[in-house]
Amino acid sequence: MIHFVVHDKKDTVGVIVIEGVKAGQELTGWLMEDDSTIKLKAVNDIPIGHKLATRPIRKGDTVIKYGFDIGRAVADIKVGEHAHVHNLKTKRW
Amino acid sequence: MISSKTTFQGYRRENGRVGVRNHVIILPVDDLSNAAAEAVANNVKGALAIPHPYGRLQFGADLDLHFRTLIGAGSNPNVAAVVVICIEEEWAKRVVDGIAKTGKPVTGFGIELHGDHDTIMRASRVAKEYVQWASELQRVECPIRDLWVSCKCGESDTTSGCGSNPTVGNAFDKLEPLGATLCFGETTEITGGENIVADRCATPQVREKWMQVFNRYQEVINRHKTSDLMDSQPTKGNIAGGLTTIEEKALGNIQKIGRKCKVIGILDKAETPTGPGLWFMDSSSAAAEMVTLVAAAGYAVHFFPTGQGNVIGNPILPVIKLTANPRTARTMSEHIDLDVSGLLQRQKNLDQCGDELLEVMLHTCNGRLTCAEALGHREFVLTRLYESA
Repeated sequence: MIHFVVHDKKDTVGVIVIEGVKAGQELTGWLMEDDSTIKLKAVNDIPIGHKLATRPIRKGDTVIKYGFDIGRAVADIKVGEHAHVHNLKTKRW
Repeated sequence: MISSKTTFQGYRRENGRVGVRNHVIILPVDDLSNAAAEAVANNVKGALAIPHPYGRLQFGADLDLHFRTLIGAGSNPNVAAVVVICIEEEWAKRVVDGIAKTGKPVTGFGIELHGDHDTIMRASRVAKEYVQWASELQRVECPIRDLWVSCKCGESDTTSGCGSNPTVGNAFDKLEPLGATLCFGETTEITGGENIVADRCATPQVREKWMQVFNRYQEVINRHKTSDLMDSQPTKGNIAGGLTTIEEKALGNIQKIGRKCKVIGILDKAETPTGPGLWFMDSSSAAAEMVTLVAAAGYAVHFFPTGQGNVIGNPILPVIKLTANPRTARTMSEHIDLDVSGLLQRQKNLDQCGDELLEVMLHTCNGRLTCAEALGHREFVLTRLYESA
């Protein structure tokens, strides 16, 4: 069972691809770029399609997905923690 | 697997273009003519009215775009024949003359000095002749190079960028070498991925024009915005689906252009491309606006990847929907032509999903109705550039 996918080796977040992920659940991730597997534990309940940090992210850090900049962390984000509009903002507009 | 030997059964029109549908449309030029157009379509079975809310007191570039979109929709090869209805006869003639360049049957009617009843009666007589004539047209075998395929995603979520958009990209990478004419757009939705698109432009001239249209749209946003657009771009639906920033949405969006296709030119809204290959159309990212613009540019079939489940269709352009979100595939199955959620469980690879999409495309081109067609989705939405006079 794949619980989350990560596009690129440089990425600091992954995407939950199944429904019903609960806090404390052991998750298996698929790193698409090199077809490898990542294991980590969910910090929160995370809905399908939402992101979680796959590396520790500090407030002010650039968050990487697809190997590119997708915005700036506005709070610290722990590995396995839900990353979304409450802790990640655009650098544009 | 498609190849240069793959064919589909299409309608070859008077100007050589190939359509995959055989519509007789009743096209109002303005809002006032919708009632008459719908009455004609009610009188004549098989005729399709395309109502819309605009066409009065527009001027300049906005009016040019209005005419280009209506003439383009009538000229689309999915359309066999057209009845044009306008409050004023002269503007009906302008649309008729534009469509007549394709060589297809087209007749216009003005309502002034006649009233709705007389107009509906005269237009119905012509529409009936057109429908009976069109019903005898036969599909013929056509190569893939005769096919024009557009794409635009909607109600995207993170599964769009992981699954359904790369599936479209894989299909585009297979269609482009066969000489198909392709299109993507959504100018503001490339924000954060603009340099990736720039690097895919075929020539320095195309690259320069791309950056010009991209920067122009950024200025529009900056001039009118009252926030960081967190309620509009990404949309509430995008955010509910897990997309957080415009940059993330953009990087997922441009997965649709695959890994190999080069951008060979930049089209204005509803502008017809002049040769095969992948074109970028400067357009809004609003689904019905963009799909209407590519229909007006002459595209015959459309790929629409969705995450949370956009339900859009178009009256003349068949919209094929695919999703990689298993919840959407389950809860909105009547809207989904292809479920690629297996991709995200490593049950299928991208190449297999791309081939499956091309299979669905060939079935659609050969006449199978898409979900949106079967459900009666006929969103025809004209893009406005500014206020009417």
